Formats: sequence, structure tokens, C-alpha cells
Amino acid sequence: MSAPVLASPSRRLVLQAGGGLSLAFLFGGRVSAQDASPQAKLEAAAAGDAAFAPNAFIRIDKTGPIRLVIPNVDMGQGIYATEAAMMAEELEVGLGQVVVEHAPPIEPLYQTPLFKSQITGGSTSVRAFYKGLRQVGAAARTMLVGAAAEQWGVPAESLKAENGKVVDPANNRSATYGELAEAAAKQPVPDLEKVALKEPKDFKLLGTPFRRVDTADKTNGKLEFGIDSKVEGMQVATLALCPHVGGKVKSLKIDEAKKVPGVRDVIQIEGGVAVSGKHFWAAKMGLEALEIEWDEGPHADFSTESHFKALDETSRTGKALVAASEGDVTKVTGKKVEAIYRLPMLAHAALEPLNATVHVRPDACEIWVGTQVPVRAVQIAAKVAGLREDQVILHQHYLGGGFGRRLEVDSIETAVKFAKQVPYPLKLVWTREEDMQHDVPRPAYLDRMSATLGDDGFPLAFTDRVTGASVAARWAPVILRKDGFDSDTTECAAEMVYHVPNTHVEWAPFQMPEALPIGWWRGVGPTHNLFTVESFFDELAHAAGKDPVEYRLKLLSKNPRAAATLKDAAGKIGWGEKIGPRRGRGIATGAPFGAFTTAAVEVEVSPQGEIRIVKAVCSVDCGVVMNPNTVEAQIQGGLVFGWTMALYGALTYENGAAQQSNFHDYRMMRMNETPHIDVSILKSGEAPGGIGEVGTAIAAPALTNAIFAATGVRIRELPIDRKLLIENGDAKKKNVTEREAPDRKAPKRDLAEATAAGGAS
Amino acid sequence: MISINVNGEDRQVDGPEDMPLLWALRDVLGMTGTKFGCGVAQCGACTVHVNGQAVRSCVLPIGTLKDAKVTTVEAVGQSEQGKKIQQAWLDVEVVQCGYCQSGQIMSAAALLQHNPNPSDADIDAAMSGNICRCGTYVRVRQAIKQAATGEKVAMQTIPNDAEAVR
Repeated sequence: MSAPVLASPSRRLVLQAGGGLSLAFLFGGRVSAQDASPQAKLEAAAAGDAAFAPNAFIRIDKTGPIRLVIPNVDMGQGIYATEAAMMAEELEVGLGQVVVEHAPPIEPLYQTPLFKSQITGGSTSVRAFYKGLRQVGAAARTMLVGAAAEQWGVPAESLKAENGKVVDPANNRSATYGELAEAAAKQPVPDLEKVALKEPKDFKLLGTPFRRVDTADKTNGKLEFGIDSKVEGMQVATLALCPHVGGKVKSLKIDEAKKVPGVRDVIQIEGGVAVSGKHFWAAKMGLEALEIEWDEGPHADFSTESHFKALDETSRTGKALVAASEGDVTKVTGKKVEAIYRLPMLAHAALEPLNATVHVRPDACEIWVGTQVPVRAVQIAAKVAGLREDQVILHQHYLGGGFGRRLEVDSIETAVKFAKQVPYPLKLVWTREEDMQHDVPRPAYLDRMSATLGDDGFPLAFTDRVTGASVAARWAPVILRKDGFDSDTTECAAEMVYHVPNTHVEWAPFQMPEALPIGWWRGVGPTHNLFTVESFFDELAHAAGKDPVEYRLKLLSKNPRAAATLKDAAGKIGWGEKIGPRRGRGIATGAPFGAFTTAAVEVEVSPQGEIRIVKAVCSVDCGVVMNPNTVEAQIQGGLVFGWTMALYGALTYENGAAQQSNFHDYRMMRMNETPHIDVSILKSGEAPGGIGEVGTAIAAPALTNAIFAATGVRIRELPIDRKLLIENGDAKKKNVTEREAPDRKAPKRDLAEATAAGGAS
Repeated sequence: MISINVNGEDRQVDGPEDMPLLWALRDVLGMTGTKFGCGVAQCGACTVHVNGQAVRSCVLPIGTLKDAKVTTVEAVGQSEQGKKIQQAWLDVEVVQCGYCQSGQIMSAAALLQHNPNPSDADIDAAMSGNICRCGTYVRVRQAIKQAATGEKVAMQTIPNDAEAVR
């Protein structure tokens, strides 16, 4: 998910729409007027209403603010402001002069190139659109300046654009973009690859802490999330889905529910029941009055315990696909260090519960929702409603958190299944319990790691055998390697920041039950692999009797950007300074999503095993910075997200049903647990990296390494088991691997053996 | 019909006495600034003021309100403390997805009304009932301090109020 994606809108599309002409720039796709979808034609017609719509992203009318269409969705990362600023920088307007619009679901116009799809995820937005959106801004500015030059009969070079106006300094006159809009529409469209772009040092807006465009309305209750949709005639519904994955409704008695005041209908689908009514409370009371008997379905024996047993079996005996192999790990001799790491399934728990408002009519399906995948939403709605895709109208909203959950369309599918049974618009709102128990969870992993240390204590060989299920195999098989290898499973382990001469990283695929699909979760592969790799390299440093920072620095000799963040963070946390009893400092370094970063944490562990993060520092080099305020926010929030995972995160199953239901048993870090987090952004002229998931990916190992420093207990399984941290004579021995006595007796099948035996292909 | 006083106005709600205030606000009165997060007073997204106290509206039956005065995020800016909080939220740029922020702002405004100069411990005590999944806690803390003291304690955003194109 973190391959560099730099797109440029290289092809242009002319769509004849109404009487006007509008040009749409394509990001890597190709559509002709003949085969443009009806919705694309609609979009072109809509753009045609603007006096000047030089591309799919910029609309300037004679009066009113400049409208900028934002290809990605905003789920908290501030991308509406960031992408608006990319255009505004070259268009020469202030963010106060623009309004932003959600892009409609038109894949050829708004797709993110890596996915060849209109998707927001993988920390790709800035990397994908950094060049292209500046180009469309520059092209529009060129046309506006050209129009003014023609009107005034002066050379374009004598004019300048600033603050939404074209200015003629020699003749002391100016015209607003609105005044020039109609004339600009008649100007030739410049070749995007040839428009001159500013050097980052000349940026006026990008690189400054410009304020986001959505903040004010998020502080006064005005901003509408999907759950806030208000549609004429709508009824509110809530639902109960079968708690057992793959199960269904066996029997249903509705009489008592129908008696609840305000209840309108009881609606059934195979996997669940919804009750609609005048308001959520009527629906909820109605739902509680139902008598539902569930058919547990084929996976009633699925449990977290059985799942980890099966993962372990696959880890020992499954055929693996090689992610990366360098040198020959089998020919190295020295001190061997081995460890097994286990990571649980995780729920997303976005604070806005799943919801969708859907109105199915004979000839159309209208949807009000916030989604990371608007085109997929349209596709599934059309399929369920039995309509063509151009009959589906999607009203995109701000997302009350995404984190990968809204990369799925299961909730939209469910909402349409219910809504097509009623004539009115149906607002379907999941309770927190239903949201959590029917997540598309982050998969569990079981990773076997080993290293061989030379006489100097530094690794001569490193192996990592990851076992877990592939999200991409279901979600985007197109991104798999031809042999089925999913690079997400080993991301940041197969491409470590450290130099080790002999490495072998492989993935043993694991199949989930079809009824329990697993999904993307903030930080994806890097969140998983940076925890294991950064914990394990910390183990190696201690096995070698060396300081973890010095040890890493030596291994980073070929990676100056990563090393710079390490030195910076270590200095700022006070690495090496005296520290009290049961306090420790931990560090973790990596390069997730094209951003080099080091997190450093100081922790205190009470004799009872309770963990308090005292302070934290994160140093990041993410290339050219769009907005330092956003980078800081994403790092701070990302760290909290990652620590929450380490401290509390586990979605467990018993009898095929998720056992957690709300924030009392699926806990979140809170204000009183959150330290001050100092974010240090290193100056860089390199191409921009991602930032939305970087903090999450680097958080956990910095924390658990600090816990090791404080207590001597190595955490190899998340979430952190506080019982291991209780201060007594045995605590240090009870680390996770050593608890698993049977593992050590079982026939060992480590990577080196597997490779030698041809088991890894 | 149950009469409740919301943001200074008497409003009629057609619903049962045990209906939580949250749903009366959102689904009957159409005031969707107050958010549903958990339904069991665990997350604080639904926080409103009742007679100046921060309460979780998802578990507060409207039948218990009687003459109580309810203030929601839509009107919190009309009080001096609420306005200060909103401004600090903009200056420090607290919000990310924003879904929890109505509740954060209501809890923070109530805190300042009762304690104009809160310590870190006071802030932790008042704000720990509000979950932010995006993890904006560091800035929530900074914004409350900035609102209380006027002292700039974090990176400040540059307002986007360039002159409008006309």
C-alpha cells in the first residue's frame, strides 16, 4: 500500500455537455464521449453550468466563491484543505476565497492511480495528487491570465495573478477571476505537462499552517456527517444482525414490536432484522421487543483460540511465498535469537457508527453516506437494488472516522437490502454494539522471527515468516503479485530501514472463513510489521548487550534520513539520561508510507502492572510538507491510535460471535492516559510521503520497548498483558514466548530450515 | 407531548418520557450537532449542558428534564466561555474527523464555566469521559489552556480569511 504513487493528469477528455464545453482531466484512465457513463455526462453538464470549468476540479462562476472539487474524502486527515491548497497555490487564491465540494463518484475523473479506483486510503492522497492538482491550478491560472491579456491587449507576461485577481501593474488595473471566467473558458487549454509549477521555496500557502476548511462547522454542530442526513419523509431504523458470522434469522416474532409507539415496519433480510420508526428510539424499542431466534450457521465453532491454533499450524507447516530474500540466511553461523509474535484481530470503532440513508425508487436509488469508496458504493447499491449504476445517486458526506472501515461497502449493501423493501427513505443506524460485532476486522498475525548475530553482536542474518490472511486477496486482488503474494502482509519487514547482509522474509497465507472477511485497518501492513521488526531488533540490541539507539544507528549507516529522525527523537526524549525505578525509554524507527520516522516513549509501570506513558516524541521526515499543523496532528493522533491498539485492542470471537460490544470492553485511550506528544518535523526537499498512518504504525513498538526498559519484560503479544508486568520475582521470566511451553517442544520449523528444504517457494 | 427548553426556546417533543434527550434533539427537533457514539454514556459524543452541567444526553430521559435548561453545541457559542473554546479550537486546530468534537466542546465549555483556570489534572478529570478516536487529546488540552489563559501554547493556524472573489 505504500508504493510511491505520483500521478499526473496526462490525458484530457472533451465532453460535449449541454451547450457548453467542459474539459475533464483524466488521471491515467481513458474515456471517450461515447462511452462516458451517463453520470459522467451529468457531471460534465454540472461543470458546464459554471462560467469557467477548465477541468474536473476547478469551477469559477461570475459571482460567488471559487469551487474546488476534492478527489479524496475527508475522514479527519484534513485532505479537503490540503488538496484545496495544492490547487489554490498555483491558482493564486486564498483558502478563504474557495469552497470545497465532495467529488461525485466518477472513477475516470477522480481515481487514485495506485488503486486505479476512486479510493481514499493507504496514506496515498498527497502522494497521488501533489503534482496533478498543482498542474490543474496552474492551467486554470494560465487561462485566466490569458483572458485578461487578450481583453486589455497586453502581453500575458506583463500580468500577474494574485489573491483571486489578475493584476496589470503597469496600467494599475485588475480583474477578478469571476469577471474573467467567461473569457477564460474560451482560452486554449495548456498542456498540463508543460505548465510551469512553483518551486516549493516559492510556496505561499503550502508549507504553512493554513487552517482547515472544515474546522469551524465541526465546532458549532453545523457540519453534516452521513448520520446527520435529513431527507423528506424518511424513517429511522436500527438493526440486529446475526451475532454469529455467517448465521441467519431462524425465526422471528414481530407482534410486540409492532405495538411500540412510533414503530413503522419490521423488515427482514437473511442475516438480520431492522425496525423502522419515527425516530431512533422508537426503532430501538421496537427492535428490543422482537423475539429473534438465530441460526448460528456454519462457523459456530470459530473462536480466537481455535483461530490462533490454526494460524500456528499454518505457520509451522504452510507453504510460504517469498517477499524478499538477500544473501543466504542458511549459510550464516553465530548467536541465534528467535521469537514468536502474535497480533490480535482488531475492530475499527470509528466514532460515527455505521449508517446509511437509502431511498430506493423504481427507477433510482439515492444514498446519503460517508464512504472511502464512493464508486464501490454505487456498484453494490445498483446490484442489490436491481438498477443500473447510472441510476444510483450518491450524496457523499464527511466521515466520522474511517480508519479502513469505510473502505468496505457491507453496510451500504445491508442498508439497500432493507431500504428496497420500503417505499420511504430509510435511515439505517447501527448501534455501537452492532457496529463493533459486525466489523470487518484487521486480521490476526503470528510471526516467527530469527536472527543470527556475528561476534560484534550485529545481525548477519534476519528471517521473518509472517502468517496471516490477506486483505487484498478479497478487496483488491489486482494488487497481488502473480503468484498470489500480498505485499501488505510483509510491508516494512521485507523493506526494512536496516541493512542486514542476509535476509529472508516470507508470508504463509492463511484462509479466513468466507463469512468473516477481514479488512484494512489504519496503518495496515506497517502497523503489523513495524511492531514485530522494531520489537525484535530491540531484542537483538539487548542480546548483543548494546544500547538500542546506538545499535540501530549502526544498522542505519546506509539510511541517513531514518538515522536523522532517530538521532533527533533520542535527543529530545533525553535518551541516556538517568531515570527512576520502573521507568524506561523505548524507541522505534521505520519508513512507513514513504515517511521516515522515529517514535520515542518514556513510560512508568506501577508495581501492579499499570502502564503510564510519561512523555513521547516523534521525529518525522515526510519530504516536502503540505501543512506542518496537519502533519503534527496526524502524528499525534496516529500515535494515540497505535498505543490504544497496544494497550487495549483485541476483538475476540467465541462460538463464531465477536465478544466485545462497546467502549467498556473495547477500550480507547482517554485524555487522562495521553501524554504531551512533541512532534519534530525535519526539513526536507524530498518528494512528499504519506502521513495519515505513520504515527499509528510506529507507536506500539516504541511503547513496548519502553516497557522492556522499565521492567525487563518483553511484550511479544498484543494487547499488552498487564499481569506480566506485576512486580515480583517471577515477572521477568513470564514473557510471552516463554509462557508457550508447548511451542518449544514441538518440532521446530524455522525459516532457514524451510528454505533449505524447499518449503518456501 | 413533552416540553423541553433547548437553547432558550420551549420545544415540544412527541415521544415517550423514557426517550433519551439525544434522540429528541436529533430525530425530533432535527438538531444533529449532538452526536450518537455509544448509547451508554461511555464516549461523551452526545454531551450537552443541562442547567450548565455537562451531561450525556444518550442516557438522559426527556421525562426527567421538567424545567431544566438544555444547551447544545449549536448555541454554546452564545456564552463567553463557549465562544472562547470554539475560537481556541480553531486557532489550535483541534479537530480531525470532528465527530466527537461537539461533545468535547460541550465538556470543555462546562469545565471553563466552573473552573476558569483549570490545571492539567482538572482538564484530565473533566475531559476523560470524552473519547476521541482520532486521538486529538493533546490539542484538546492545549486549546482548553489557551481558551482559559489567552496564552498561545501550541502551533497556531493561519485563518483563511483572504478577501472574497466577487
